[in-house]
Amino acid sequence: MKEYRTISQIAGPLVFVEKTEPVGYSELVNIVTADGTIKRGQVLDTSDEIVVVQVFETTAGIGRDSGIRFTGETIKMPVGRDMLGRILSGGGKPIDGGPEIVPEKRLETTGAAINPYARAPPADFIQTGISTLDGTNTLVRGQKLPIFSASGLPHNDVALQIARQAKVPGSTEEFAVVFAAMGITREEANYFMADFEKTGALERAVVFLNLADDPAVERIITPRLALTTAEYLAFDLGYHVLVILTDMTNYCEALRQIGAAREEVPGRRGYPGYMYTDLASIYERAGIIKGVKGSVTQIPILTMPGDDITHPIPDLTGYITEGQIVVNRELHRKGIYPPINVLPSLSRLMNLGIGKGHTREDHKKVSDQLYAAYAEGNDLRGLVAIVGKDALSERDRMFLEFADLFEDRFVRQGLYEDRSIEETLDLGWDLLATLPEEQLVRIDRELIQKYHPKYRKKAQG
Amino acid sequence: MKKGKEKRAQGALKRISGPVVTAVGLDAHMYDVVKVGNEELMGEVIKIQGENTIIQVYEDTAGIRPGEPVENTGLSLTVELGPGLLTSIYDGIQRPLEVLVDKMGNFIERGVSAPGLSHEKKWEFVPTVKAGDDVKAGDILGTVQETNIVHKVMVPPRSKGGKIKEISGGSFTVDETICILEDGTEITMLQRWPVRVPRPVKEKLNPDIPLITGQRILDGLFPIAKGGTAAIPGPFGSGKTVAQQQLAKWSDAEIVVYIGCGERGNEMTEVLTEFPELEDPKTGRPLMERTVLIANTSNMPVAAREASVYTGITIAEYFRDMGYDVSLMADSTSRWAEAMREISSRLEEMPGEEGYPAYLAARLSEFYERAGRVVNANGTSGSVSVIGAVSPPGGDFSEPVTQNTLRIVKVFWALDAKLSQRRHFPAINWLNSYSLYLGALNEWYDREVSPEWNPLRSWAMGVLQKEAELQEIVQLVGSDALPDEEQVTIEVARMIREIFLQQNAYDPVDTYCSMTKQYDMMKSIKHYADLARTAQVGGATPQQVVGIKSKNELVQIKFIKDYEPVLEKILKDMKAEFDAMRAA
Ligand SMILES: Nc1ncnc2c1ncn2[C@@H]1O[C@H](COP(=O)(O)OP(=O)(O)OP(=O)(O)O)[C@@H](O)[C@H]1O
Ligand SMILES: [Mg+2]
Repeated sequence: MKEYRTISQIAGPLVFVEKTEPVGYSELVNIVTADGTIKRGQVLDTSDEIVVVQVFETTAGIGRDSGIRFTGETIKMPVGRDMLGRILSGGGKPIDGGPEIVPEKRLETTGAAINPYARAPPADFIQTGISTLDGTNTLVRGQKLPIFSASGLPHNDVALQIARQAKVPGSTEEFAVVFAAMGITREEANYFMADFEKTGALERAVVFLNLADDPAVERIITPRLALTTAEYLAFDLGYHVLVILTDMTNYCEALRQIGAAREEVPGRRGYPGYMYTDLASIYERAGIIKGVKGSVTQIPILTMPGDDITHPIPDLTGYITEGQIVVNRELHRKGIYPPINVLPSLSRLMNLGIGKGHTREDHKKVSDQLYAAYAEGNDLRGLVAIVGKDALSERDRMFLEFADLFEDRFVRQGLYEDRSIEETLDLGWDLLATLPEEQLVRIDRELIQKYHPKYRKKAQG
Repeated sequence: MKKGKEKRAQGALKRISGPVVTAVGLDAHMYDVVKVGNEELMGEVIKIQGENTIIQVYEDTAGIRPGEPVENTGLSLTVELGPGLLTSIYDGIQRPLEVLVDKMGNFIERGVSAPGLSHEKKWEFVPTVKAGDDVKAGDILGTVQETNIVHKVMVPPRSKGGKIKEISGGSFTVDETICILEDGTEITMLQRWPVRVPRPVKEKLNPDIPLITGQRILDGLFPIAKGGTAAIPGPFGSGKTVAQQQLAKWSDAEIVVYIGCGERGNEMTEVLTEFPELEDPKTGRPLMERTVLIANTSNMPVAAREASVYTGITIAEYFRDMGYDVSLMADSTSRWAEAMREISSRLEEMPGEEGYPAYLAARLSEFYERAGRVVNANGTSGSVSVIGAVSPPGGDFSEPVTQNTLRIVKVFWALDAKLSQRRHFPAINWLNSYSLYLGALNEWYDREVSPEWNPLRSWAMGVLQKEAELQEIVQLVGSDALPDEEQVTIEVARMIREIFLQQNAYDPVDTYCSMTKQYDMMKSIKHYADLARTAQVGGATPQQVVGIKSKNELVQIKFIKDYEPVLEKILKDMKAEFDAMRAA
C-alpha cells in the first residue's frame, strides 16, 4: 500500500493531504506516526487537489512526517458469534484482555437503510415491569425509545432496570444486549458493567466503551459499530437485540466539534445543519424485517443540556425516535423513583403492541384516562399555589388529589420491583376509582363495567 | 463502462463531498440527470460554474473516487405516469421499493435502477374515442380498470394532437402503442414528465367544496377546500403524522398521494400494512387501491428526499388531469427544506435565515402553487389538495419553514404540545388555528349539512373564546369566584372540547365521524347549553345545571356506530331532568 507524506494542514481532528492518487470518499485511512503508532481516520472530502481526513483518535503525534495510507475500502466491522460476552473499545478493539474477534463477516458500518417495504410493523409488547412504561408508554420490539434525562438524574438505573426486567411475555426466544458507551465516565461504565455481571447479562452482551478520556472523535463511530454488531446478531443470527446507547449528548458534541473544525456553517446552537440526518442514520437502525427472525430495539440515553427539551439534541432525537421517556428533576427531588414524567413522555408504537391479544382490551383507554386526569390535577397545582385549595371546586380537589396519588403509587416503584402488566393496569383502575365515574370520559361504558373496581367487586361478591 | 455511448456526454469526477460531487468536462444543462461513477449512481445537475458541473447524487457516494466517469443522460428528472401507479410504494425518485427488495434484498443498496412502472404487465385498454376523432393534448383516449379506480389514458400534454388514424382496445403493456394519429404519432399508455415542472391546466377554479375528512375539528371548525392548501406545524409527538394518516384514510378524495419525506421507516410500514385492510367509507374498497406512497425515510439519501415532494406532486397532478380529486400529504416539509439546506451548504451558497437557502420561500410557494381545483385541458375538473406537515425546531413556530409556509397556505392547523401531553387529540389548538376557506365554503355547509350549521359553528367558537378569557380569571381567583352564568359557560366549553373536539384516531368508530354525526353532536351540546340557560334564568344554581346526569352520557355517542337511538334517549332524559328541576 502506498504511503504519502504530503500532509499540508492539521486542524482539530482533520488532516489535509495533498498530491494523492484518486482516493475514495468515506474510505478508511491509516496514519502512521513517527513512533510507529497507527491511527485510523476516514475521508470526508476528496478531490484531485486535496483529501480531507477525519481522524478518530487524538491527532497528538501526527505531523508532516506522518505517513498516510489509504486502504481503498470503507470502514468495515469484523463481526462474529464470539463477540457475545466481549468488551471492546469505542473503536471496536478488544480491551478485555481476550483474543481478537474471529470474524465471520466484515460488514459496512454505515449501515444501509432498511427498505421500508421489507420492514414488518413492530407489535410485540415488551414488559419492562415499570408501570410508567408498560402502562402508559409501552415499549415494543423493534422500537427506538430514548430516555431523555439530565445530569444528576437516575437514568442509568432506569436503563438498567429495563435491561434487567425486559421480557416478551410468553416468548422464549434468544435475546442479547449491545451496550455502547460514548464519553461517559469510568465510574458510570463500571456501574453498568457491575450490573451486567451480577445479573449474568454480560454473557449475552457486547460492550463498546468510549469513555470520557477517550478521543471524542471516536464517538462518531462507536454507535455505528454497536449497531452493525446488533444488526448482525439480529438479522444474521436471529437474536432479539436491545441496544443501549449512552450518552448521545456526547456523541452530538463530537459531531459539533468536527463541524467546527471543517469550518461549516453552523446550525442551531452551533450544531451542524445535517445533525437530523446524521442522528437518523443511527436511530433508524432499529426494527424488524419481514420473514427474518431477530429484531433491534434501541434505548438511547441522552442528557438534556440545562434540562431543556427544546435543545437541539433532544429535539432532533424526538423527531426521529418513536417517542421518548422523560426523566424529571422535580419528581426526583420529591424522592420518587423512577422519576418518569409521563406527560411529556410518549411511546408512538404503543398502539401496535397493546390491547386485546397483546396486553388487555382496556389498556389504551385506561392509559388515556390516567393521562388526562393526571394532566388536569397537575395543572391545578399551579392554581392552588396562587388561590389556595379552598378556592377549588370539589371536582378540582379530586383531580388534585389524584395527581398526588398517581405519582405516589403508579409512578413510584422499587428499583427491583417488576410489575406485571395486569398489576399495572389494575393499579391504574384503583387510582381512577377515586374519581367519580362520570368523570371517566375517555373510557367507554362497557369497559368501565368490566374493569372498574366498583363493578368488579360486585361481580365477585 | 457501457459501450457504444456518445463520447460527448462524458466527463470525469473531480471532487466528492457527501451527496454533492463536482465533475469536469461535462456538457450539461441545469437539472439534467447524470450517471455518476463506475456504478452509475443517479444524480442531477444543480450548479454550473466555469469548468465545473456540480451534481447532487441520489445514492450513497461512499468509495467513489475522483477520476471516475460521469455521463449525462440529457434528460431531466422525470417520473413514469400510467397504469400501475396505484398501490405502489416508491422512494424519492420513483424507484418501486417492492422491486428493490427483489433486486437487492432487505436493505437499500446503491447502483440499482428500476422503472417506476412495470413494463411487462398487461392492462386491458378500452378506447372511448374512435378512429377519425380529433384529439388534442390532454384528451382522454380510453380507460383501464387499474384497481377499483378507472385510469384514464390521455394524450400527453406536450403532444400536438390530431386526427386518430387507428385505435383499438385490448391487452397492452405501457410501452405498446394503443393509438396512432394521422401524422404518424404513436401514443402509448406511458407518459414521462419532468417532476419540477407543473403539468398544464386550462383554468383554475375557486375552491368552494370542502374536503370532508371525518375529523370533527377539521370539518367542523377549520375546513380545507378541495384543491386547497393546509399546513400542520407542531413539535415532535404532537400528532402531525397521525393527522396526515387520518386524512389519507378518511378524506373524501378519490386518490391519495402520501409522501413520507425524511421521516420514519416504521411509519411507512404502518401505512403499508394498514391501508390494504381499511375500507374507503365511500366505495367499501381497500384504501390502498386509491393510494400511492412515496417513502424517502430520514436515513435514505438526502438528495432523493429533496426530489420526493416533486415526484409526489407530479403523480398527484397526473390523476387530477383525469378529473379526480386528489389529496397529497407531505410529512414533513421541514425535512424537505432541510435537504435543500444541506445541499445548499455543500454548494457553499450564501445562507439565508437559519442557514436555509435564500430561495426557500420561493421553492415552498412554487410547490403549494401546484395545488388547486382546476379545469383540465380535456374539460374535466379535478383537484389537488396539499397538506404539509411542518416540524419546527423546538416547536417554535417563528422559524423560517413555518413562517414561509404560513404566508402561502390558507389553512393553519396549529398543533400544541400542551394538548398532546394531556392526550387531547387531535392536539389542534382551536384558538390559534384558522381556515381562510370558511367564507367560500359556507354555502356548501348550508346546502349539504344544514342551514343551522354555520351559526352553530360560530356559537361553538364563541364559547371556546369565552372560555379562554374566563380561564385567565380562574387562574387568578379560582373557578368558584366566577358569576353563575360563566360557570356554566366553562362547563359547556368543556363539553365542546371533550365531546366534539377530542377524537380518538385509534377507536374503530370514533376514527371517522360523518358530517351528519358532527352536526348532531354539536347540536346536542348547544341544546344542553340552551336548556341550562333557561333553567338558570328560572333560578337554577350552576351546581344544579352542571349536575345534570344525562349530559355526561353524550360523550359515549362518539364510540357508537348507530348512535341515533342512544342520542335520542339522552336528549329525552335531559329534558326530563330539566323538567324535574323546574318543578322542584
Ligand atoms: N387523533 C389522535 N388520536 C389518538 N392518538 C393520537 C392522535 N394524534 C396523535 N396521537 C398520539 O400522538 C402520538 C404522536 O403523534 P405523531 O406521531 O403523529 O406525532 P408527530 O407530530 O408526527 O411527531 P414527529 O414530528 O416526531 O413525527 C401518536 O403516536 C399517538 O399516540
Ligand atoms: Mg410524524
